[in-house]
Amino acid sequence: MTDLTSLTLAEAREGLANKSFTSLELTDAHLGAIEAARALNAFVMETPDQARAMARAIDAKIGKGHGGPLAGIPLGIKDLFATRDVRTTACSKILGNFVPTYESTVTSQLWRDGAVMLGKLNNDEFAMGSSNETSCFGPVVNPWRREGSNTALVPGGSSGGSASAVAAMLCMGATATDTGGSIRQPAAFTGTVGIKPTYGRCSRWGIVAFASSLDQAGPIARTVRDSAILMRSMAGHDPKDTTSVDRAVPDYEAAIGKSVKGMKIGIPREYRLDGMPAEIEKLWSEGAAWLKAAGAELVDVSLPHTKYALPAYYIVAPAEASSNLARYDGVRYGLRVPGRSIGEQYENTRAEGFGAEVRRRVMIGTYVLSAGYYDAYYLRAQKVRTLIKRDFEDCFAKGVHAILTPATPSAAFGVGEKGADPVEMYLNDIFTVTVNMAGLPGIAVPAGRDAQALPLGLQLIGRPFDEETLFSLGEVIEQAAGRFTPARWW
Amino acid sequence: MSAAIGKLIKGATGDWETVIGLEVHAQVTSNAKLFSGASTEFGGEPNSHVSLVDAAMPGMLPVINEECVRQAVRTGLGLNAKINRRSVFDRKNYFFPDLPQGYQISQYLSPIVGEGEMVLELDGGRTATVGIERLHLEQDAGKSLHDRSPNLSYIDLNRSGVALMEIVSKPDIRDAEQAKAYVTKLRSILRYLGTCDGDMEKGSLRADVNVSVRKPGGPLGTRCEIKNINSISFIGDAIECEARRQIEIIEDGGTIDQETRLYDPGKGETRSMRSKEDAHDYRYFPDPDLLPLEFSEAYVAEIKAGLPELPDQKKARFIADFGLSSYDAGVLVAERESADFYETVLAGLADKARDGKLAANWVINELFGRLNKEGRDITGSPVSAEQLSAIVDLIGEGTISGKIAKDLFEIVWTEGGDPRALVETRGMKQVTDLGAIEKVVDEIIAANPDKVAQARAKPQLAGWFVGQVMKSSGGKANPQAVNDLLKSKLGI
Repeated sequence: MTDLTSLTLAEAREGLANKSFTSLELTDAHLGAIEAARALNAFVMETPDQARAMARAIDAKIGKGHGGPLAGIPLGIKDLFATRDVRTTACSKILGNFVPTYESTVTSQLWRDGAVMLGKLNNDEFAMGSSNETSCFGPVVNPWRREGSNTALVPGGSSGGSASAVAAMLCMGATATDTGGSIRQPAAFTGTVGIKPTYGRCSRWGIVAFASSLDQAGPIARTVRDSAILMRSMAGHDPKDTTSVDRAVPDYEAAIGKSVKGMKIGIPREYRLDGMPAEIEKLWSEGAAWLKAAGAELVDVSLPHTKYALPAYYIVAPAEASSNLARYDGVRYGLRVPGRSIGEQYENTRAEGFGAEVRRRVMIGTYVLSAGYYDAYYLRAQKVRTLIKRDFEDCFAKGVHAILTPATPSAAFGVGEKGADPVEMYLNDIFTVTVNMAGLPGIAVPAGRDAQALPLGLQLIGRPFDEETLFSLGEVIEQAAGRFTPARWW
Repeated sequence: MSAAIGKLIKGATGDWETVIGLEVHAQVTSNAKLFSGASTEFGGEPNSHVSLVDAAMPGMLPVINEECVRQAVRTGLGLNAKINRRSVFDRKNYFFPDLPQGYQISQYLSPIVGEGEMVLELDGGRTATVGIERLHLEQDAGKSLHDRSPNLSYIDLNRSGVALMEIVSKPDIRDAEQAKAYVTKLRSILRYLGTCDGDMEKGSLRADVNVSVRKPGGPLGTRCEIKNINSISFIGDAIECEARRQIEIIEDGGTIDQETRLYDPGKGETRSMRSKEDAHDYRYFPDPDLLPLEFSEAYVAEIKAGLPELPDQKKARFIADFGLSSYDAGVLVAERESADFYETVLAGLADKARDGKLAANWVINELFGRLNKEGRDITGSPVSAEQLSAIVDLIGEGTISGKIAKDLFEIVWTEGGDPRALVETRGMKQVTDLGAIEKVVDEIIAANPDKVAQARAKPQLAGWFVGQVMKSSGGKANPQAVNDLLKSKLGI
């Protein structure tokens, strides 16, 4: 028997259905892999007992022939998702040892469909970061290394634990969330596939909020097909989240292998940045050529307000975050650092509980919402957001089916390399934030390697609720580029 | 529309006018909270009606309670106000231990209800029109308990998230009497609509009062806001003492600082709570967890069609249909329960058109008078509406006299029973048998020749005979028949 952890989710699904192996065997193989990969710091909480119990239960169901679409598949869960009776911290000290009495809608749908939980995955504190270095549990290490180097690289963020664990085959897929690129950027940095669906496609209920109007859950997996399988279970309307959309969930997997012939693919000129590395340029043209070869038509498009997206994002997201994070006050749960007055208790708790990046964003957000600054910042950023959205609408109205862009401006960088200047870090999201601002679906698919043999990804941006087209196109790129697997050093 | 003239206050430098605006917080009558399914029941064990949303657990999201929206629309329609078919929920950000989210979900720039107006009826038939600025929905906060421990405060989140309507008046109110009349009428409308129980003792209705003073017709003065007053008479008292405080300061050459104050009913004074400089910057912004609230014209029309008759309409109908005086009709409609009682009495009458006004007199004078004397309210009346209908019927049809009816009322009040049966069994029926009455009249005339002579000389003295006849018949003789007989027999 081959190493079970190297199977794709789709392959494992077949093996389980054929009874080639049991979920318990598959789960044990992954638990072993997790134990052996602690150097990556991908998991912040391993739940082997629960995993085995879930695996045994699902094995019994598979035996009776009704296991569900994800029967027996071991997954990792980003620590932003509330998991009943399992510590949930958003990788912030301020949540301490918080154990929810409730399960997020997205994860409960995964368990409903038969998946097995291996544990909780590391992320940037409250999903604020692009390198997974802001986590209170320390940075996650990318399983990829530069050729001939032992330098530890970041997996991207904020879903760094999810990306790293999937790339290193510690789980068959993982949940992640994306507010400005937190699924797609780490997927690109680790040679994995990550999709952020349309805003409203997944329920946000039970996911620790960062910026409510931008946050969306999505999967990270090793193949386009695997991500489509996971997406189907994660998506769906939830009456507990009024921003979730009541719309039937399609069989995303059916979109894999569908012809892309005649599809119009937009190449937005504003994404061609000054000083963009040649290898990113090359990757982008290659990707376009593959789609063309598959029968798609390439068209130059313009998204004129792109350059305002990042600054506007760094007003809207911190503004919402400053309010969303007000509940962490030491009164009801999590960390409490006493003071002589309630005001002092707030100050002490929040100063000690939040890390530097979170504090920075809370302060920015508080500032841009303040009387006298609201119009100049928040309101103006919302107007920019409307213009960005309109750019995409205009583009789609001209018959464009999807837009192709690079996923990131570079490959993974070293742990500790960036961070002195927060803006340098924020620039990681330059190609991804527009998608959140417009509420559109975006997928990152590995498409090549840089000069140091690190994986690079391309992004496809779709029409609202047209994730299926992204899966079809993504698979064309995947077929052409091949799969990317890091050499095991840990 | 211009504000009514109010009572002026005499100061050392002349008359002063008070300018008042009210923000009334009314708890929406609903089983569940504004954004969570938790119960709104009053008086549970601390923290027994708290959902994950109310406690602001990580990842929790608000979901609007549709019933609260209906109640707000209903209230807006009852206040003749504009219903905004699109409104937005905003977050009002501030830190407080009994505010778990760190923000209150409220409506700031786009409230669910816009402008409306209310006509107040004041003493002496005067009226005053008060503009309604807006009505918006918002969450209530929890409660901090400071008396359970010497060095800790406890938090009770039972009220956290309960739906409130904040109803803001325009600064059209000119004295304490108008302010009290405004809150009284607002409370009555809310109770008619069933959108707020109006129970001020339980805090279901409370008011923030904005007060400033000026020389009549002069420019507006600086206002102070007196927070959270939960009794109508305290509202009046607070306005009077705050206005006097401001007048004194200005007349002494000082200026008023815009600030938030608290009223101390024990001391009869207001005192500073926080100054303008300490005012929060609430950093309002649209709540991204909630979509704008939108509904159709048909939705509003459907709610409008289901509105009950409101006090003003009811009063007009009582006057038109039964010839009630404006005052009496006003008394009956002031409280929903009184009006309902009167309506039930009316429904039980054999001839509403004939006896509607008589019934109103009986409800107001006999029943309310007796209830007031015993400190009871209408819901605990020992005489039911059905019993009162029967009594009024008996008078109206001439079976008993008004005087006997009072005795009957007393029996029903203390012993209960069916009035019609009581009249039979206790022989209280009015005697209309002319032969029987004539016999008594003849006897009395025969026994009192001197009085007969006097009465013939001075017809006003015939009243003595009426009294004698009534006395000898035990009050049961029909007074009209007695009068007629006496007149013919005495030849006057």
